[in-house]
Amino acid sequence: MSEPSFGSAEVAPATSAEPHSREPSQVPAPRPGPVDDDVSVTAEPNAPRHRSEGQGPGDRGPDDRPTLLGGGGGLPRRRRFGPEPLFRGFTTASGTAVLVIIAAIATFLIVKAIPALRADKANFLTYYQWFPDPSQADQPSKFGIGALAFGTVLTSALALLVAVPVALGIALCLSHYAPRRLATGLGFVIDLLAAVPSIIFGLWGREYLVQPVRGLSTWLHKYFAWIPLFGGDGPYGKSILLGSLVLAIMVLPIVTSLSREVFRQTPAMNEEAALALGATKWEMVRTAVIPYGRPGLIASVMLGLGRALGETIALALVLGSTFNVTFDILNSGGNTIAANIANHFGDAQDIGRGALIASGLVLFAITLVVNMIARGIVYRRREFVGSAT
Amino acid sequence: MSQWTKAYQTACTGATINYQGTGSGAGQTAFIAGTADFAGSDSPLPATDQPKADARCKSGPAIHLPMVVGPIAIAYNVSGVTSLQLKDATIAKIFAGKITTWNAADIKADNPGATLPATKILAIHRSDSSGTTDNFTKFLAATAATDWTHGHDKSWKAPGGQAENKSDGVAAAIKSTDGAIGYVEWSFAQVNSLNMAKVGNGAGEFAELTGDSAGKTIASAKVTGTAPDLTLSIDYKTTAAGAYPIVLVTYEIVCSKGNSGTALPLLKSFLTYTASADGQAAAAKAGYAPLPDSVRTQVASAVGNLA
Repeated sequence: MSEPSFGSAEVAPATSAEPHSREPSQVPAPRPGPVDDDVSVTAEPNAPRHRSEGQGPGDRGPDDRPTLLGGGGGLPRRRRFGPEPLFRGFTTASGTAVLVIIAAIATFLIVKAIPALRADKANFLTYYQWFPDPSQADQPSKFGIGALAFGTVLTSALALLVAVPVALGIALCLSHYAPRRLATGLGFVIDLLAAVPSIIFGLWGREYLVQPVRGLSTWLHKYFAWIPLFGGDGPYGKSILLGSLVLAIMVLPIVTSLSREVFRQTPAMNEEAALALGATKWEMVRTAVIPYGRPGLIASVMLGLGRALGETIALALVLGSTFNVTFDILNSGGNTIAANIANHFGDAQDIGRGALIASGLVLFAITLVVNMIARGIVYRRREFVGSAT
Repeated sequence: MSQWTKAYQTACTGATINYQGTGSGAGQTAFIAGTADFAGSDSPLPATDQPKADARCKSGPAIHLPMVVGPIAIAYNVSGVTSLQLKDATIAKIFAGKITTWNAADIKADNPGATLPATKILAIHRSDSSGTTDNFTKFLAATAATDWTHGHDKSWKAPGGQAENKSDGVAAAIKSTDGAIGYVEWSFAQVNSLNMAKVGNGAGEFAELTGDSAGKTIASAKVTGTAPDLTLSIDYKTTAAGAYPIVLVTYEIVCSKGNSGTALPLLKSFLTYTASADGQAAAAKAGYAPLPDSVRTQVASAVGNLA
């Protein structure tokens, strides 16, 4: 989101009239501090590039030192030891640490999972049940990720389906509709929701929300039984529906906070231009605010999805923990990878523990794939949004 | 167990018994790993784990001492129904998902004259690995093999229903759900004042769950372990009059020999207390059934021989 700091006077006509007029890279002149640059431009034509970008030493090689130190005073002389190289070393080490940690986690998961996967007498990817530790010696270990992976994806998808429209509504209300003082207060409450520990959501869902959801299930089945999702005729209780709703509430604050910040950054010029062209408020939001914030929106939804996929204890409390693969979301049942780990780790034996770690590996892979897809979407949209600003 | 440690620590100041209520599977694991001096478990060690436990004990085998009789209640919550009788086959059909409503013909046949609603049945089982599940499914496999085809295991193997974590989770779910039925240790059913079904036994009568009726089933059990191991084999089809057939025995798993010198005196004295008449009376107060005297004396002598 660094584009909005470009000279806004030049951007405004591009929004409506000629969306492809310029690429950001082809605009050398409008740097953040044009006044300072003016001084050096007059003194030494080569210096400004160093002055405006050379503040961070990390972005060029050590041999690329500024030899021309004219004009309004050049860079301080580089030292071998000192705050600059130290800081560069620190940031590089931090960046590398992330890669090392990810690689270490992946290695751990794979190494621990392999013995259990070898002992598995069922197809790990398609088997639905989870019996890694049979109590009789003559029975084989059988376990599979099928039902768990299905439940994980289904609950998360449903949760987003419920949460995202509501979150966008709240975010737009806070950024464009509500009076400023009310918006500040409401925003604070939303952020507070994000601070509630997930076990509280779990307990609340299991002790309270289960009753209204039972009523909702009965109603949905009565009028919408022709939709396969609502085909279950009972018993209602701790179902995928309940899990998804609890999850939706947990995801809501993340998506709301992020998208509110994105919407807020819409350049006022864009909004005013839309209004000046005769757009109503809704049309202005549709044509100026939402297209501008789309990559941020997608990123916020993906963060929410990340939380939903990995949510553990709340779902362990509100799902029926059965190993079924069905789109019927009303009947008791449902399970996810993370909830299954929480439920079974305490009393798992050798193979059971390896089996749970193998399931963790699958969850790791699912989140990785989801994040890569999100990256892909954001990347593809970038050009369009760049020109829209 | 907490009753016992409390009573014991009150009687013997200076002794600390740190009993972690983790569940049978975790207890067995801790015992094998050597982090626990003894483990309470609702199921004997599986045959695969017995050698590991023996190895942990070094000089003597790990043995099972029956210490508590824990009857398993069939608790239910059906509005308008305060008395319910269920035959073993009916229970098997309910938990296997073959009966789905409370007014099904099988339930009606067990309860002549009762008015039963058309509510859907929500069969609740344990989500964690549990000795209660093992014993309950042993009962079903032994008495209703045609309707229960899932064998016995510490993990629940039948499809459907709803799973709850630990006994308190099962009890809480039954209490809060109309149409629910589940198997849970007697003490949890009592604490939550749940309705408990009378269960049909091998003598052809419906037995109410009491300490006395559960003890009758234990009294007819045979010792199958080789001395000093006292693993019991329960006859779920017992024809003893008035016997409540769904019971589990909680074993204390200890090393017969090779206990550490510091832990041994405390271990012996604690287990002597639990196997005494006093200790059994304390267990009965907490919602368990006392061991029949014939079994209790054997346990007491085995405790005396620990080394």
